[in-house]
Amino acid sequence: MKNPRNHITPPRLAEKLLLWFLKDELAEEVLGDLDEKFYSTAETHSLRKARRNYWYQVIHYLRPFAFRFFKIKNSNTMINHNFKVSYRQMLKNKGYSFINVGGLAMGMVVAMLIGLWVVDELNFNKYHKNYDRIAQILRVESNGQGGIAVNNALATGMGNLVRESFPDQIEELFMVRSRKQAPVITNGDKKFREVGVFLEENGPGVLTLDMIYGSTEGLKETRSVLLSQTLSKKLFGEENPVGKTVKLNADIDLLVGGVYKDLPKNSKFSDAAFFSRLLLLFRENEESMNVWNNYNIDIYVKLANNVNHVQLAELITEKIKGHYDDWARESGQTFILHPMKDWHLNSEWKDGMSVTSQEKKFVRLYGVIGVFVLLLACINFMNLSTARSEKRAKEVGIRKTLGSLRKQLITQFYMESFLYTLSAFGLSLILLWALLPWFNETSGKGILAPWGMPEFWLAGTGFILFTSFISGSYPAAYLSSFKPLKALKGGLKFGKSASIPRKVLVVFQFTISIALIIGTITVNNQIQAAKDRPIGYSPEGMIAIAPGSPRFGQQKELLKQEILKTGMAEAIGFSNYPVTSTLGWNHGFSWEGMDPGFDQSFNTITISNGYADAVGMEFITGRDFDPTRETDKNAIIINESAMKAMQLENPVGTVVRYDPGWREAVNYTIIGVVKDMIKGDPFQRTDQSIMFLDQEYTSYMYIRLNPNVSTSESIATIGEVYRQILPEAPFDFHFADDQYNQKFEAELRIASLARFFTLLAILISCLGLFGLSSFIAEQRTKEIGIRKVLGASILNLWKLLSKDFTLLVVIACFIAIPLAYAVLDNWLNSYPVRTELYWWVFAIAGFGALLVSLLTVSIQSIKAAMANPVRSLRSE
Amino acid sequence: MKETKLGDFEEVILLLVGILDKEAYAFRIAEEFESQTKRAVSIGAVHSTLNRLGEKGFLTSAMGGATAERGGRRKRIYQITAAGQRALEESKDFKMSLWNQFPAFAGNLKFKF
Repeated sequence: MKNPRNHITPPRLAEKLLLWFLKDELAEEVLGDLDEKFYSTAETHSLRKARRNYWYQVIHYLRPFAFRFFKIKNSNTMINHNFKVSYRQMLKNKGYSFINVGGLAMGMVVAMLIGLWVVDELNFNKYHKNYDRIAQILRVESNGQGGIAVNNALATGMGNLVRESFPDQIEELFMVRSRKQAPVITNGDKKFREVGVFLEENGPGVLTLDMIYGSTEGLKETRSVLLSQTLSKKLFGEENPVGKTVKLNADIDLLVGGVYKDLPKNSKFSDAAFFSRLLLLFRENEESMNVWNNYNIDIYVKLANNVNHVQLAELITEKIKGHYDDWARESGQTFILHPMKDWHLNSEWKDGMSVTSQEKKFVRLYGVIGVFVLLLACINFMNLSTARSEKRAKEVGIRKTLGSLRKQLITQFYMESFLYTLSAFGLSLILLWALLPWFNETSGKGILAPWGMPEFWLAGTGFILFTSFISGSYPAAYLSSFKPLKALKGGLKFGKSASIPRKVLVVFQFTISIALIIGTITVNNQIQAAKDRPIGYSPEGMIAIAPGSPRFGQQKELLKQEILKTGMAEAIGFSNYPVTSTLGWNHGFSWEGMDPGFDQSFNTITISNGYADAVGMEFITGRDFDPTRETDKNAIIINESAMKAMQLENPVGTVVRYDPGWREAVNYTIIGVVKDMIKGDPFQRTDQSIMFLDQEYTSYMYIRLNPNVSTSESIATIGEVYRQILPEAPFDFHFADDQYNQKFEAELRIASLARFFTLLAILISCLGLFGLSSFIAEQRTKEIGIRKVLGASILNLWKLLSKDFTLLVVIACFIAIPLAYAVLDNWLNSYPVRTELYWWVFAIAGFGALLVSLLTVSIQSIKAAMANPVRSLRSE
Repeated sequence: MKETKLGDFEEVILLLVGILDKEAYAFRIAEEFESQTKRAVSIGAVHSTLNRLGEKGFLTSAMGGATAERGGRRKRIYQITAAGQRALEESKDFKMSLWNQFPAFAGNLKFKF
């Protein structure tokens, strides 16, 4: 290479970049040095390396000393000065600074909380590494009432058939017991009732559990279990439990195959404390793993790359069709694949089509609220800043007279808004830290503080820069443009048009606040409406115990007798399903005079003698099962809804034929009708249900406590009896009213979040109003002074200053009321049990807003009206 | 007031300026630093340090000759000032006095010098 520079040159773009930011006086020497470096690297290494190195060197010249925009000595003092002035301004107006910074911080913290919440919702199940490739098989069929239902429960036969038929498309398939299982897990004398996932051995690997001890292969043996870290700690303390055994339901020994890190709350399987084998629930009977008539499992698949969900679902439907029974054929059963990414937010169906789910609506709603609250806070912040900065017109005039450049003034105002925003951000971080535990509890989430999240800091920085730029722009651009003479003479007029955007803002803010107040009250009313419904039984003073031992069946009569003997219980009964659930659905009922088109299922439960007394069922007509009558084994009790659905005038004595298909048909006689019991969702209509008598297959125990004995005493005594008779099972009773109240959890959550947002919205609106009223009051100081001198009373002046704002809030009322009515009516329509939209709710919200705004404005207006007119008139 | 203490990196750069004498310009100093310490450094970092040393009054500089591989551009040659010399000596003396107070090595060091 004689003249290398003909062929090789340093990267032009890097050179341009360098020349753009580099001080002119340094250009020659620096370019020379870099060239020398470039050619020496090109010679000793490679051209590519030399080019890369050139970029590296250019980037490393991004230093203050070489930067042309950074006049070190001069601007250092300038920046110091700007900071000092801004800081002094902040200190001088302590109250105002506090309100301004606090308001913005509140807006920010709401936005952060909602942002984290939304991110958490969107990241559901992403913890599982095969997130993109896992799907659940769902069945779509006629629901017997003219609609189409989507169901998750499938039969084990389907799972095996699909697994064998599509080895190319489906890499892994595992089945999980559909119904939630909460058995008792025991190690020595440590017994806990825990929710567990019962699946096939490959499941943990597909779900990529993060193992601490052992491996995801730990379920190879039928009698094995993987424990969550929390459960392992509870059972074994800090030691490694792999290779040890725990007891399942005080019956079977399970080998601990491993311990996994607790799943995050936003995983579908997060409430599980352990994973064990599906086969155990089928009494280790391999044949149950390949049946076609029992829909009791969920099927999950891990697909190979690039498999089309729709096509594969069609193939699966084709394949399974050959095995349809009459019922499946009649209901037109087909299958779909539901990808993991849709499990949380896209799992609501109507007539077989995916519809926008409640969860997704909430993500959108909260997202909108978050953006609004932040926007309100931002605009407020700007408004207060600008209202304040107009007071500083004189300062601008003097600075200009003393030779300040416009650029310097602009820097000053930007610096100030930056300082305010930065303090607000700092405050909001503290608030976030303080509020996050509370927020997690109220929203039922497990959100971690985002301190280690680069995205969070990036968004934060972006927001600080954005807000300080926007809120600094008005004073920076407008105030700095004043002619110093005018500014000093005080002839500056801010026209009427300047206040219009502020008025619009106040109306906007109060519209949102009033609508939120109405919404909050209505959510509470809605919960109250459901709580006020007759329950149909009495959860108070009753405890419930779930089965916890295989010996329970043999011992339960003894248990009942012994507990009753203590006198601590009034009645004891058993049922096959908890009274607070709607499990157990069957069809195949017929009776005389039945509408031939009737094809509905009934909620069916079996109960023991004494159950009706224990839960406190209320008979409308007829009687309870009688232990002395042998014939009662062929008797049934129905509820009011069932009576209506069956269109029976005189139900008692009616014979109902029950042909479930899997055993012979039997005739039953109705002996009683009870009031509807709210067992499921209290916001839904109660189900039609039929109760059978059976002493054996009823393992949920209900004890009506003696109301004349204190609860602590009766429970202690009953617990003692229980432990004596069933030492292997934990006495983990629940108060039935607690379980009943859990049904309101989702709605209570909405209520408390709504309260929080409402409170903040009102607070922020008031801040805005406060800013505006103080601004107006200051503008009219002279006018007020003259009016006062001419004899206006304080009341007159207060009216004068408050009238405008009252009008604004009234306008906001007129916008908010129809808006809230429409939204809430729509929301309530999704509930069969709903509250009215009472007129007093709107009245309270409107008057409340009016009152709060008047109070806020009055602080300023009374202050202005009481001021000594001499002072305001003499000021120049 | 300007800081007149020598930082660690500054001290090395200052010594290299002395060693390189007439060849003491940013690129050569950076090369020399890399070859002597086996540590990577960017020319920008060296240049910034030279600039700072100049502000502290330890270095003076003047534009020197141009060469072909620099695209005919001149280079800035740095030279230690008397103040720089003094700062280096002070730094060395201070370290020597520390070494002498260090019992395990006090003897060895005396032999070497």
